[in-house]
Amino acid sequence: MKELRLMKGNEALAEAAIRAGADAYFGYPITPQSEVIEYLMRENPVDRTGMQVLQAESEVAAINMVYGAAGCGKRAITSSSSPGISLKMEGISYLAGAELPCVIVNVVRAGPGLGTIQPSQSDYFQAVKGGGHGDYKLIVLAPATVQESVDFVRLAFDLAFKYRNPVMILSDGIIGQMMEKVELFEQQPRIAEAEEWATVGKKPGKDSVIVTSLQLQSEEQEKVNLRLQAKYREVEKNEVRFETYQCEDAEYLFVAFGSCARITRKAMEMARNKGIRVGLMRPQTLYPFPAEELHRLAGQVRGILTVEMNAGQMVEDVRLAVNGVTGVGHFGRFGGMIPSPDEILNALEKQFIGG
Amino acid sequence: MAEKDIINPENLVYEKTKVMTDKVLHYCPGCGHGTAHRLLADVIDELGIQGYTIGVAPVGCSVLAYYYFDVDMQEAAHGRAPAVATGIKRVLPEKYVFTYQGDGDLAAIGTAETIHACNRGENILMVFINNGIYGMTGGQMAPTTLPGMKSSTSPRGRDVRTMGNPLKMTELVAQLEGTYYVTRQSVHTPANARKAKRALKKALEYQKLNKGTCFVEIVSNCPSGWKMTPVESNKWMEEHMFPFYPLGDIKVPEK
Ligand SMILES: Cc1ncc(C[n+]2csc(CCOP(=O)(O)OP(=O)(O)O)c2C)c(N)n1
Ligand code: SF4
Ligand SMILES: [Mg+2]
Repeated sequence: MKELRLMKGNEALAEAAIRAGADAYFGYPITPQSEVIEYLMRENPVDRTGMQVLQAESEVAAINMVYGAAGCGKRAITSSSSPGISLKMEGISYLAGAELPCVIVNVVRAGPGLGTIQPSQSDYFQAVKGGGHGDYKLIVLAPATVQESVDFVRLAFDLAFKYRNPVMILSDGIIGQMMEKVELFEQQPRIAEAEEWATVGKKPGKDSVIVTSLQLQSEEQEKVNLRLQAKYREVEKNEVRFETYQCEDAEYLFVAFGSCARITRKAMEMARNKGIRVGLMRPQTLYPFPAEELHRLAGQVRGILTVEMNAGQMVEDVRLAVNGVTGVGHFGRFGGMIPSPDEILNALEKQFIGG
Repeated sequence: MAEKDIINPENLVYEKTKVMTDKVLHYCPGCGHGTAHRLLADVIDELGIQGYTIGVAPVGCSVLAYYYFDVDMQEAAHGRAPAVATGIKRVLPEKYVFTYQGDGDLAAIGTAETIHACNRGENILMVFINNGIYGMTGGQMAPTTLPGMKSSTSPRGRDVRTMGNPLKMTELVAQLEGTYYVTRQSVHTPANARKAKRALKKALEYQKLNKGTCFVEIVSNCPSGWKMTPVESNKWMEEHMFPFYPLGDIKVPEK
């Protein structure tokens, strides 16, 4: 049964994990995402669906618990915020190497270091370019609303199992903490039967199942890398997701993701009220990046302003996609500061229109 | 008597357990890892739980343990086996789960995971191969390296004033409420191997009871890392390791 509720982003995401049929959550508290585990502990989903919830001794332990559960073919999820995600990176690399499906939520706060608990998008590089060691990719989903925080959990599990790959939900402190109306999807069943690659006990007459990311021979490791690369090309072909707003007649284009895209949309409306025809592209998948559509739009506009709550990270992917077809600028606030719509509009005028 | 008359089923006194694969062990000659594998595999066979057992291999010389144990296995990151095993056991509580780890893995980089898995009383078996050295990476000092013992990173012998003291992890976890059975064994003689096997069997049997973590340390040799022949290494182990790491049960379930 679908259900309408007013919910905080983090809590809605936690509820979505239960409803998506997750088998296990492992996490460690950190602001601004502790509501995820608090909600789960309160809700006690073991009584609702049998889902296990455990507060681990660290983010390192939590991600390795996810590895263990995922290796058994189960739907496992963890959440944290930036410093904790850094700690998880070794484990994430192992998950990618062993081709295990799982969902990792990063409710980003500003850094580097302990930084501040205020919202930020400064973990973009870490999420889409690796972060852990080795040549691997995460599928990265960027919700802009509490509704997407819910819907993307289910999508993330689907994609994780479709490609046997970890999926990251790159949220931020704004989306995690704000309350919005959400429509919750109905309860999905938990996984009934494990897939062949899962360690659930050796079947008579079959080879034992091994979950590993180790290859001692370079020839074998290269084969693994090639297989992973082929998978990533499939992901790039099939899973690009984005939204565009008022791009049809646009002379200028904003590109922004997550909560920042919502503020940028306001700036777009203000620009249009002033007679500046601006459109907005909002990537929902940061990897795979909507490069093709962006390249197409670039051919039609006089300039592109990337707006981010960081010092300029996604802008590099925008430049790669645009490939010189038009000018690309960046406007960012960071350290937990949130750009205002008129700051964004100002930046557009200054960088492209001459104000 | 001709060979063909001797090699027939009636004369069979010893057989390779079916829980070990036919792959050739990569361990150095005389290394305790192979014997420890064999005993654990034997126990899994005797308990009839091959299809219900999931093992976790460490990073260390036994990183390829999954080649040799013919059970479903996962390869964990260095030190994280207890967390991986926790993840497995929490979603498959009816299965038998074990970790197999060296001293660097279990008592240095993975100390937090070890202590917390034991403290939560995860219903798993942890097999701890203590050879007082980092075998795999070429003989560096381990948390369990004895005072004065030479290694490639303590070339003048472990100086406890600057390098710290050897860690008795097994005594430490025995203090925790979550552990149910904690014992220290060795596998360097037939008599010791038999005892170690009994300990491993008990530990797996206890797993059914859901009473907490079972922890079996095996004090073992590393002829290559210690730069000794296998025979010398076993003698050295008896003379130096056992006084510091005395064999026997440390925590047994109350009757
Ligand atoms: C994060 C990380 N750090 C370091 C290493 C290198 N490394 C591999 S095995 C090992 C030590 C293994 O020693 P031990 O656990 O005692 O096992 P043994 O080889 O003696 O059986 C080290 C330091 C690694 N693989 N991963
Ligand atoms: S290096 Fe040491 S622990 Fe490793 S296989 Fe050789 S003897 Fe055994
Ligand atoms: Mg060792």
